[in-house]
Amino acid sequence: MIQLISFYLFASIVIAAAAMVIFARNPVHSVLWLIVAFFNAAGLMVLIGAEFIAMLLVIVYVGAVAVLFLFVVMMLDIDFAELRAGFVKNVPLGILLAVVLVAELVLGIGAYQAGAVKLGTPDVGVATASAAVPNIEAIGGLLYSKYVFLFETAGLILLVAMVGAIVLTHRRSHGTRGQNISSQVQRRPEDATRNVNQPIGQGIEL
Amino acid sequence: MIGIEHYLVVSSILFVMGVLGIFLNRKNVIIILMAIELILLAVNINLVAFSVFLGDLTGQIFAMFVLTVAAGEAAIGLAILVIYFRGRGTIAVDDVNRMKG
Repeated sequence: MIQLISFYLFASIVIAAAAMVIFARNPVHSVLWLIVAFFNAAGLMVLIGAEFIAMLLVIVYVGAVAVLFLFVVMMLDIDFAELRAGFVKNVPLGILLAVVLVAELVLGIGAYQAGAVKLGTPDVGVATASAAVPNIEAIGGLLYSKYVFLFETAGLILLVAMVGAIVLTHRRSHGTRGQNISSQVQRRPEDATRNVNQPIGQGIEL
Repeated sequence: MIGIEHYLVVSSILFVMGVLGIFLNRKNVIIILMAIELILLAVNINLVAFSVFLGDLTGQIFAMFVLTVAAGEAAIGLAILVIYFRGRGTIAVDDVNRMKG
């Protein structure tokens, strides 16, 4: 019973929060509603025993992505009223598209409920989740053995994203005297200033 | 009793919310990025629900990869947004096509 109540609670709040994200007038409110949506989606995932993904959702989305959004929204000085000018114009087409999409998806789920199409039987050897092993342990075992290359590729993607974001937004400031590494390395002793003990009465050689 | 269908309905409604958000806020690229996050969240819910339903952990592993890509996409998207705003002083994206031809 408590499962039923919590499912409907999480599901209704996540959908309401998603609606507020796209209908809110102020983008800061949109970001805050997005955080609510992520928390409740994490709740939905905890409910079916996927704790690790749920915690990851809270840490990555709420802790990193939503804060990034909040930073950018608050940093840019934007006239948001002007940006909403086309909102009313786009409503009929948008609603129509949404209704068509929902109808299609519900139709698909209904057809699935009526009896799944048999596409053959899955392999017996697939990694099954057993109740004895905790979720995190099972995911870790799979991630560091079978999917280790994909895991490292994910790390590489994050690295590329980080470098890309820095390269895109980095602004070289003028008027500061930075270190010129290459000219330092290329400097030869002959070009440098040197101390000479010059005897008196002789000319100097340049 | 909660079945896989309940989760599928929630995730499809969330997905459609994301698409609707892209359609309604066609000028405001920040809201568009948030709508894309909503779509990816719907995909994640679907992956996790099927993973639990089938008893196969691969779905949760792939939900993690989707999460990775979503984080990278948000970072790059917001970086592009910042340099676009620096150059133009606005983020209205319906006239971004000034670069064409």
